[in-house]
Amino acid sequence: MHRNFEPKIIKFNRTMIGQKSFKILVTCALAILPFLVFSQETEENKESKDKFNATEMILQHIGDSHGWHFFGEGDNSYTIPLPVILFTDNGSITFMSSEFHHDTEGKHVVEKNGMGFVNYHETIYQLDKGALALEFDEKGDVLNAAKPWDFSITKNVAAMFLTVILMLSFFFSLTRHHKKNTKSPKGFNNVLETLVLFVRDDIARPQIGEKQYMKFMPFLLTVFFFIWITNVLGLLPGAANVTGNIAVTVSLGLFTMVLIFVNGNKDFWKHVFWMPGIPTFVKPILAIVEIMGLIIKPVALMIRLFANITAGHIIILSLLGLIFILEHAGVAGISVPFALFITVLELLVAFLQAFIFTILSALFIGMAVKEHEHH
Amino acid sequence: MELLHVGVAALGAGLAVLGAGIGVGKIGGSAMDAIARQPEASGKIQTSMIIAAALVEGVALFGVVAALLGVLTVPN
Repeated sequence: MHRNFEPKIIKFNRTMIGQKSFKILVTCALAILPFLVFSQETEENKESKDKFNATEMILQHIGDSHGWHFFGEGDNSYTIPLPVILFTDNGSITFMSSEFHHDTEGKHVVEKNGMGFVNYHETIYQLDKGALALEFDEKGDVLNAAKPWDFSITKNVAAMFLTVILMLSFFFSLTRHHKKNTKSPKGFNNVLETLVLFVRDDIARPQIGEKQYMKFMPFLLTVFFFIWITNVLGLLPGAANVTGNIAVTVSLGLFTMVLIFVNGNKDFWKHVFWMPGIPTFVKPILAIVEIMGLIIKPVALMIRLFANITAGHIIILSLLGLIFILEHAGVAGISVPFALFITVLELLVAFLQAFIFTILSALFIGMAVKEHEHH
Repeated sequence: MELLHVGVAALGAGLAVLGAGIGVGKIGGSAMDAIARQPEASGKIQTSMIIAAALVEGVALFGVVAALLGVLTVPN
């Protein structure tokens, strides 16, 4: 069979244009179109809507919330309600976040067991006895309400559950394959196995050493895939910004810190507190620096991940919010391609931050468990 | 007063970005020199370059986080 590899030539009004340059021409023509759009604004419209507050929109998108909000405002919003679980002095209270009726200004009071709860900027307050509404002092602090222990399933928690379900399903299918046959897996399982081997051969083995890397492989694999999957899921529209939440990254950094402390051997602690091979009067100063380093290294891990992901989300949201700040539909012609470019960059950053977190954790753990030759 | 608060925070973020730009630029430059000298090692050099760039960006983002804290805690 002879396949025709010649480029298709489009006949257009008896002139012949090659297919590639025709595509370029059409793309340019369509790209200019948005600038010809003039948004129609009647006088009543301008007065009834509030000015677009970009900061509020951005903070709402990168922050946590008690219901999973997709789109819409106020009563017409499409939100999945999530359970609100509170531990107060009178016991635990559970209700769905839909009882707040999309109110985040602290106005709607939910009555349960004689206690009133309000949602002020996604923090739940328990009103003191007899109070009917939140009162604030001049600085903006709440006067007549306390914060109960909030163990709700918020948007970030639900997103983390989704990630956990995804990870469990991926890896259980991979282990099921390996239980049944010894050949290499096919399809997606093959990708997963390649990544697992990548973590083992390029991250764990070089940093932790041949003798002890297997002990830490579960942790490194979990951290790597968890961070990568949550970062990528956070880029979808309507998704939760999990690793951009400082609480999540603090926990991840804490795990690494605990692993370092628990697995540090005698040589490691000796090097921290009383570094050998240095004149004695320098040793106390070095001990202080080393102790600070013990804390700062996991803190740096956590801030690096948090800031990278949050900064990426803020850039994308700002670019798209620019359309609403300038109130002209034509800005979309510039904003959306830029935002697309930044989103692609964020995909790279998602993988890179997972990789960096894992390799630095492996490096710190490797330094903690390294067997030194004695001088 | 709020303008000064926010403006100085934004200026701080800009300075952090300046540091990041210089740092990552130097890393990229030396990586390119190394690849030019020894093209077979380009895979390893590329990996190390990405790791070093991510670390430098981490430091710059400390500055951005500090600036964000400055902007978001403006007393109204």
